[in-house]
Amino acid sequence: MNANHMNGKQAIGMWKRLWLWFDELTGLGATLGPVMTHLVPRAKKTRWFYVLGSATLVVFLVQVVTGIALSNSYVAGSGQAYESLRFITQNHLGRILRGIHDIGASAMIILVGLHAIRVYLMGAYKYPRQMNWLTGAGLLLFTILMAFTGQLLRWDQNGFWTAVVAAEQAGKVPIIGPWLAHFLLAGDTAGGATLSRFFAAHVFFIPACIFLFLGLHLYLVLYNGISEPPKAGEPVDPRTYRRGYHRLLERDGVPFWPDAAWRDLFFGMLVVITIVVLAIVIGPAKLGKPPDPTIIQASPRPDWYFLWYFALLTLIPNWIERWVIVVGPLVFGLFLILLPLIAPRGERSPLRRPWSILVVGSIVAMIGYYTHMGFVAPWAPRLDAQPLPTQVVGAATGPVAAGAKLFHDKGCEYCHAISGYGGIRGPDLTYVGDRLKPDQIETRIFSGAVNMPSYSKILKPEELRDLLAFLDSRRRLATAGASPPAP
Amino acid sequence: MDDSQAPRPEFPIEDPERRRFFGKVGAICASIAGVIVAIPAVSFLLGLRKAPRDWRVLGKVEEFPVGETKLVSFLDPSPLPWAGVTAKTAAWLRHEEEQKFIAFSVNCTHLGCPVRWLPEADLFMCPCHGGVYYGNGTVASGPPPKPLPTYPVRVRDGNVEILTTPLPISGE
Repeated sequence: MNANHMNGKQAIGMWKRLWLWFDELTGLGATLGPVMTHLVPRAKKTRWFYVLGSATLVVFLVQVVTGIALSNSYVAGSGQAYESLRFITQNHLGRILRGIHDIGASAMIILVGLHAIRVYLMGAYKYPRQMNWLTGAGLLLFTILMAFTGQLLRWDQNGFWTAVVAAEQAGKVPIIGPWLAHFLLAGDTAGGATLSRFFAAHVFFIPACIFLFLGLHLYLVLYNGISEPPKAGEPVDPRTYRRGYHRLLERDGVPFWPDAAWRDLFFGMLVVITIVVLAIVIGPAKLGKPPDPTIIQASPRPDWYFLWYFALLTLIPNWIERWVIVVGPLVFGLFLILLPLIAPRGERSPLRRPWSILVVGSIVAMIGYYTHMGFVAPWAPRLDAQPLPTQVVGAATGPVAAGAKLFHDKGCEYCHAISGYGGIRGPDLTYVGDRLKPDQIETRIFSGAVNMPSYSKILKPEELRDLLAFLDSRRRLATAGASPPAP
Repeated sequence: MDDSQAPRPEFPIEDPERRRFFGKVGAICASIAGVIVAIPAVSFLLGLRKAPRDWRVLGKVEEFPVGETKLVSFLDPSPLPWAGVTAKTAAWLRHEEEQKFIAFSVNCTHLGCPVRWLPEADLFMCPCHGGVYYGNGTVASGPPPKPLPTYPVRVRDGNVEILTTPLPISGE
């Protein structure tokens, strides 16, 4: 037996004695031991579905760690926040930290959403886990609020105008709307106090709520036990459920540590590695222009996870918008709250609850569709559209060339595309000469439409003549040689 | 026998009324302590700073050619010492006639995005959802529910002055 081996044994013995001393004084072993080794159902085929909740918790802890690190350099003052973010981003490790926090936010949204879907599809909100569901619904809400307030703390031009847009949306709530809007802004204007309000919410208030609900949620997971995989034909009956669940554990349960916990830790590790790699490779969201309200060349857009809602509000009819802003979140919140209360018993298997698959499929499809529309943003005028090149216009002088210049200068091109140049808000006019006669085009220009202003008082007669000459020249044969701009 | 195995001393049964009374005293004490901290904290949180309305000088009258619409910037109604660039705000100032000006908010009445002025087209256009306003601020097309809000403007001693106004909230 060599000396190294002896030293190793002595060191282990020393740590063991230290733990025994600590455990004797705190009783942690006796308290936490049964918690860690409590029996959980052997999930078999669906066992990897059970890692989504713990992965959300892991990402939350990542957000806490990186958030604390960032807060050591982030200045939560409207005048200094932007510069402090630039300072953090210019530092190599600071950039990675911002990246982890930014991508971690996206990961947390995705994981909490998947976890909620898993619980819903498996009917795990039914007796006796209704409070598990309700505290989880609270955590879902707080995660969304963290994502929203976090986006604003990226206090660049987009962050500033997002605060204004959020206040305007809040202002549409009946009765309390204006008060709510000014409460969000922390005053009558978006300015010095606004960022402090969102910072306090993001760093103190909402995390405190998350810790509270998380503690309750984890306690309930232990108290009620992890739900067993649902089986078709075995509905939940509150009178017999707990007895049956305990019989199942006695017959076929496995200790949480390490039989189930290793999967949580393994998946959590994969998630963390993915986030860190993406943070290094992609980095955080780029900072825009400074949050100067007098730089009005801004087109505020939310981060991807809110883009679907932004698009939805844009694409629905104007008259219903106010109702969707108010009633939409209310209906979703009521659904989350009432679901476990009105359906606490019955079948859990999604095979016997096909409508639950339909509900999830519809919501995912809706969010996917509107997120896509949000990225395309067909409603947004392209205010950066450049004048049409001569090869597209087909003339360098004369009425057609003058009309093409007017097409750009009067803002037509911001909404209408010609040969791939311009906006997509209005109809493509590449071949408008083929389908409309000049007098029909003139009628449209003069009368306008819901999404097009009337130009009757804007265009002079000679301008109208040139514009019509240009638009009438937009025919297949005439524009055959024009090539669209490079993407 | 060590300490952990010692029998617990038996206490005489207290008067239930007395025990209920102490329970209430405890609850009242906790409530008082909570309320006297919560009142100032919640009041401070919910209390909104009312912005004072002040006239700000935008420039000399001759700096704004008649018939033109220009972007002007000025200190917002309640600039805070740490506000930095966000202490500023902007408006579109239109010089209509000799002494007549009109100032429009830069905030679209749809969702508050900053509208841009297209001088050649004599239109305001919102980049967010394509709301369009005519040069006089009335809605030309798109989702805006109302015309662009205006700020009071006056001319004093050859200067154009604007009255600061809270951020227009379209629900108001």
